[in-house]
Amino acid sequence: MTQQPKDTTEYWRWQEYHRVRSEKSWSNKDVITAGIDVGSVGSKAAIMIDGDMYAWAVTRTGSNSPDSAKKVLGMVLEDTGLQLDDIKYTVGTGYGRVNVPMANKAITEIACHAKGANYIWGPSVRTILDVGGQDIKAIHCDETGRVTSFLMNDKCAAGTGRGMEVFADLLKIPIEDIGKVSLSLDEEPEPVSCTCVAYAKTEAVGLLRKGWTREKVLAAYTRAMAVRMANLINRVGLEKEFVITGGQSKNMGIVSRIENILGVKTLPSPNWREGGLDPMIAGAAGAALFGKALYAKSQGS
Amino acid sequence: MVTTAGIDMGIQTVKIVILKDGEVVARAKAFSGFEPTKAAEQAYAEALSAAKISSEEVSNVSATGSGMDMAPYASGTVSMMGADAKAGVFLFPSARTVIDVGAEEARAVKCDERGIMMDFVVNERCAAGAGAFIEAMARALEVKMEDMGPLSLKAKRASPINATCVIFGESDVVSLIHRQESKPEIARAVFDAMADRISSMVHRLGINPDVVLVGGVAKDVGFIESLKRKLGLTILVPEHPEYAGALGASLTAASRVKGDHK
Repeated sequence: MTQQPKDTTEYWRWQEYHRVRSEKSWSNKDVITAGIDVGSVGSKAAIMIDGDMYAWAVTRTGSNSPDSAKKVLGMVLEDTGLQLDDIKYTVGTGYGRVNVPMANKAITEIACHAKGANYIWGPSVRTILDVGGQDIKAIHCDETGRVTSFLMNDKCAAGTGRGMEVFADLLKIPIEDIGKVSLSLDEEPEPVSCTCVAYAKTEAVGLLRKGWTREKVLAAYTRAMAVRMANLINRVGLEKEFVITGGQSKNMGIVSRIENILGVKTLPSPNWREGGLDPMIAGAAGAALFGKALYAKSQGS
Repeated sequence: MVTTAGIDMGIQTVKIVILKDGEVVARAKAFSGFEPTKAAEQAYAEALSAAKISSEEVSNVSATGSGMDMAPYASGTVSMMGADAKAGVFLFPSARTVIDVGAEEARAVKCDERGIMMDFVVNERCAAGAGAFIEAMARALEVKMEDMGPLSLKAKRASPINATCVIFGESDVVSLIHRQESKPEIARAVFDAMADRISSMVHRLGINPDVVLVGGVAKDVGFIESLKRKLGLTILVPEHPEYAGALGASLTAASRVKGDHK
């Protein structure tokens, strides 16, 4: 038997980047705030000038939260001309929020996501599905972006970004292509029967051996995960308008299937590839907005 | 003289037990693979030859396990919970709770002194509460699965991982390795996490001593220790815990022959 060279491609790896809105400018009179969202898989940072988005960055969370927070903050400051001292107030959020050393305060990601979604999509947003690396949350909010109720599924990789990474690796399809690839079939296959990612992997291997194409297996898995997410939304109750945040908001295979199952369109996301606000930074955006309010409060106004 | 056979069509392995007048005379097992029926036929032939009997001498064959519908030769089936209860009380007459932890499933069964199942709980949708968890963590630790248990007994302290999911558990183990936690401590953390899950499942049922542990994972000393600590009770483990399902099926077959079991 000939030995195949080991494939060391990291199919799960997604794009890390930072962006500055260079058309905006700042001066020392402005209230410059930062939001740092240290998630289990991705770390995000946002810088706002008087509550208006100026720069953001997205990177992978390392094995240690404080280092990840420092790294993403370093990235977001690049090309802005800003120094750490120019930031008046920093709010930490996300899974590693208590480990953000430079934060003046930590706020839960649920509150930050609602606030950030309200900023990105406007006051009509009522339901937010946040698909993070390690959990999924369905959040209800009012027209000011204040949380009215939420439900979450944690401690299980099914339906999370991490679960999608595992499948990208298993099927050897780059994570940024899995949405498109999962939608490349004429007919939607039956979803995989296992929700547990460990078992779904075994099931997927069996299907591949049976002669299913990678595209078909991916479609079957994506379908099962979309059903799981849709169930969570149905449990909290779907109220329009509806948006998806977190890394999986970029997976059109997930988004279109959820829309299809629920029979509701999501509000269109800005095109992050062309400089629009990234739905992955909703939490960091919310944190920076809370930072502005908290700074004002600390100044006694 | 009554000779019966029980076939347990497990997800990972097929197990056979042959009983002669209430005594186990042969056991055999084989990997289920892609053709579990074939695997069962082979194991059955092996068990017959070990028992030095022909297939005609077997009065009844009953099957259990998740693949019981694929069992060859069987004239009847029994639920996995029913088989666990029967086997548990046969092995330990004082048994009232039987915990069965297999490769991909776990269950706890409450039973009476006759080995009749009264109530049960199962975990069948999550790998974190089954043997698959140990297997995945052993791979992450680069340790053989059978070495995990003995390794964990060398741990000097508990270092909790909050893993309740195989996928997250793998990354937890990796970060423990990065923090230079030693392998025994990590192995123990794996068993503690799994015992946590099984114990909360058993608590949903309510614990009635004596508690018997069966299934393939019951061979793992590391898991037994962690579960004992977690439940705070003595746990009875038979000599061949992985054959409990097949034994229960064989016992059911025997009562079918006697006519006191439909």
